[in-house]
Amino acid sequence: MKALSNYFKSLFLLELFRGLSVTGRYLFRKKVTVQYPEERAPMSPRFRGLHAQRRYENGEERCIACKLCEAVCPALAITIEAEEREDGSRRTTRYDIDLFKCIFCGYCQESCPVDAIVETRIYEYHFENREDAIMTKEKLLAIGDKHEHQIAADIAAQAKYR
Amino acid sequence: MDALMNLWAWLGENLLIVQILIKIVVIVAPLMLCVAYFTYAERKIIGYMQVRIGPNRVGPKGWLQPIADAVKLMFKEIVIPSGANKILFLIAPILTLGPALAAWAVFPFGDGMVLADINAALLYVLALTSVGVYGVIIAGWASNSKYAFLGAMRSAAQIVSYEIAMGFALVGVLVAAGSLNLGEIVRAQAGEAGLFNWFWLPLLPLFLIYFISGVAETNRAPFDVAEGESEIVAGFHVEYSGMPFAVFFLGEYANMILVSALTVIFFLGGWLSPFLGWPVIGPLFDWVPGFVWLFLKTAFVGFFFLWLRATFPRYRYDQIMRLGWKVFIPITIVWILVVGLAVVYQLPWWFD
Repeated sequence: MKALSNYFKSLFLLELFRGLSVTGRYLFRKKVTVQYPEERAPMSPRFRGLHAQRRYENGEERCIACKLCEAVCPALAITIEAEEREDGSRRTTRYDIDLFKCIFCGYCQESCPVDAIVETRIYEYHFENREDAIMTKEKLLAIGDKHEHQIAADIAAQAKYR
Repeated sequence: MDALMNLWAWLGENLLIVQILIKIVVIVAPLMLCVAYFTYAERKIIGYMQVRIGPNRVGPKGWLQPIADAVKLMFKEIVIPSGANKILFLIAPILTLGPALAAWAVFPFGDGMVLADINAALLYVLALTSVGVYGVIIAGWASNSKYAFLGAMRSAAQIVSYEIAMGFALVGVLVAAGSLNLGEIVRAQAGEAGLFNWFWLPLLPLFLIYFISGVAETNRAPFDVAEGESEIVAGFHVEYSGMPFAVFFLGEYANMILVSALTVIFFLGGWLSPFLGWPVIGPLFDWVPGFVWLFLKTAFVGFFFLWLRATFPRYRYDQIMRLGWKVFIPITIVWILVVGLAVVYQLPWWFD
């Protein structure tokens, strides 16, 4: 009996018409497309985009070359070399992030004891040469200087979840 | 205007070939435009069904998209694989597009508006739509590629199977209409009840089978195993690029329009108004020319092609064969018997 009813169900294309009715209804649904350059999807303060290095308000760079980020980086994208500066403080002489290796996991920001390395909201960038994909210390600091306001606001916004 | 009509008549008497060529241009040019915008409609409608908005960047609301596509394809390089049979490789796309266009010769766009009013029109159409598969088979063979060859094999087997069901469905139509002439078939559907006089109602199973076989014939989803991009890359046209690929593309869409238009002729009353013979509403639509109805109905059937593609996953190969041989052919044969009896005993309401 069950087989018979299944047979007639398939013969009269019942399931297929049900499928058609679903797509037919979706034809009139509100469309979800975000028209990208003109419209943008909302972004979380935790967005993990391009990296930046921050400074203290007095202009001193935050990074103390503890190399926690280098150690935690699962993609081995970070390379740090450090030396003692003239005033005796420990600073990096080299801080490179290879963006071809980076997977934007955010562990570096997570591990940083002084909130020096952060990931910003910047996600529109490109390279014209392969070597441009290496973010040097200068480039990171420049990005940090430029977007410090936004970065500080984002860190403040997520502070209570950390 | 008079001078133009005189010139036309003079052409008909002295330079018939020129007159026919003009008619061909008048048919093919809008047809190609329809094909171009059918691709646009497909992308839009499938997009809408997937809650996207589809192409909307080229021109206002994306209306110039098909033209941009055509220009892009024209400027692309035509790559001919080194092991390919060059002549057959280039003939194949023409062989898919040619029959799809040639079939329109016998197609009645209105009462008497037909290029070649021949009595074997239905046979001619059946023959030409079958020739289209040669394009696919030759393309698959000439490409010297395994994927293309597999696609061609699948396509050949599939189209041969569905041709039979399609042919039987049309036997039902010609039993009911009593003619092979497409114009006569449409005229046989005229009656007091408007759209209820058309053949889709008494021949409902044949109508569905004809349409589904038509989808299979044109290698469209869910019967697109000849392309099967997830299994055999793009099937018979993997090796094609540039203009030959564009011609394949045109052929596929021209075929879809042809099958939709033929479905309209055979089952949906061709150029007839759906309200023909109805009180009040009927005369209200008398001023609408026949080809407008034809166009609207064809667009409606064509929409189903896109709807099916947006809805169903691809059939498994053995299921396609089962559907063609074990379901469609028996049903058509039974229904031909029913129609035959109805015609012989002049059963109401369609055959009295």
